[in-house]
Amino acid sequence: MTDPVLVFDLLLAAAVVALAVASLSVRDLFMAIVLFITFGLLSALAWVRLSAPDVALAEAAIGTGVTGALLLKTLHHLRYVTGTLDRDPPPSVTPATPVPAPVIWANAAFCGLITLGLAAAFLGAPQAGPGFDPLVAEALPASGVEHPVTAVLLNFRAYDTLMEGVVLLAAVIAVWQIERGLSDAPAPALGEIFDGFARLTLPAIVVVGTYLLWKGAEAPGGAFQGGAVLAAVGLLLLLSRLYVPQPAHRGVARWAFVLGTGVFAGVALLVAGGGRVAFEYPAEHAKTLILLIEALVTISIAVTLAALFHGREPVALPSSGGKKDA
Amino acid sequence: MPELTPALIYGVTGIAVFAIGLVGALCAQDRLRRVLALKLCSVGAGFILVVAAWRDPPDAPDPVPHALVITGIVVMVSATAVALALIRRLQSLEAEDDA
Repeated sequence: MTDPVLVFDLLLAAAVVALAVASLSVRDLFMAIVLFITFGLLSALAWVRLSAPDVALAEAAIGTGVTGALLLKTLHHLRYVTGTLDRDPPPSVTPATPVPAPVIWANAAFCGLITLGLAAAFLGAPQAGPGFDPLVAEALPASGVEHPVTAVLLNFRAYDTLMEGVVLLAAVIAVWQIERGLSDAPAPALGEIFDGFARLTLPAIVVVGTYLLWKGAEAPGGAFQGGAVLAAVGLLLLLSRLYVPQPAHRGVARWAFVLGTGVFAGVALLVAGGGRVAFEYPAEHAKTLILLIEALVTISIAVTLAALFHGREPVALPSSGGKKDA
Repeated sequence: MPELTPALIYGVTGIAVFAIGLVGALCAQDRLRRVLALKLCSVGAGFILVVAAWRDPPDAPDPVPHALVITGIVVMVSATAVALALIRRLQSLEAEDDA
């Protein structure tokens, strides 16, 4: 109890838990989403305290930023189809049948048991037990990059990252299929302040995103964080109607979706010959290959996240959409 | 009584957030809120993994759990996007039925 920062930790932890409770218990859904976004940003701050800046960046950009935008877009759509768009405050969703009390008690008991088990396991486990850090530190010089998290993501456990790209690809295919023929909610009115904001921030976001990608080789940052920041460019372009997706752009969008994953898999197959296994990059080219893969994966992530935000495939309808300017 | 460290504080936070999300996912009736609750669960799990990677002194944490959490965050946003698309579709279909 000597470190005064521990007081900050305790306060932050209390705020995180309180925001989690509040975001589930507040009646207004819009408020719930805003509380959730605050919760995500404070969680990211907590992870910075736990010396995990990469994870904090990813959580702030993807887990909170992009997810928050997706949630708000969905809420806008729900209010549009239920005809409660203009009413303020909107009538809260009243459940048709309230949950019976025994069900709530059974759920609570079940959750309590799981939580107790988790807590017992966590408190009983040795803190800071043997991990992979000595192994990673030992192999780091051979990876081609200086930042351990990037080395793990793009080299030592590259299969995970490749499959992550496939998951994103599957998600965008699923969203396009689910929303086929769905009518779009009218775009919310944004006003002059937003236009000015977009004009000022767009160039800055492009610089920040590229910097995150480039810096990822030696410091916290990388393809996913950079990609999410660049996806924000797509979101702003879509929201401000500076870019309206057209059916003719679908071909480019599809190529952009598969670009990262395709090149990633291609490199893996190329290096696989001559006694090496997949992802065993030749040492002299490792950094070049990793940066190439990261750059293309970043583009794919940015386009895919923006497409996930936009939702519907831009088919020939009166208004259409689907991807950001590649 | 174990010593008060950031790992302990945020570990307990992670378990609490996971529990809150679990209760929410089971008890919430609104679809959007249920997705929100599952998202809370994933952040709670992320807390535990990041805590497991924490080292004292904190200059060289274990990078493997960090990479796993980053992967998890990206997979979670994909799953959330699909879930929300399903919700939008369902709501539109229900609105058509009512009309």
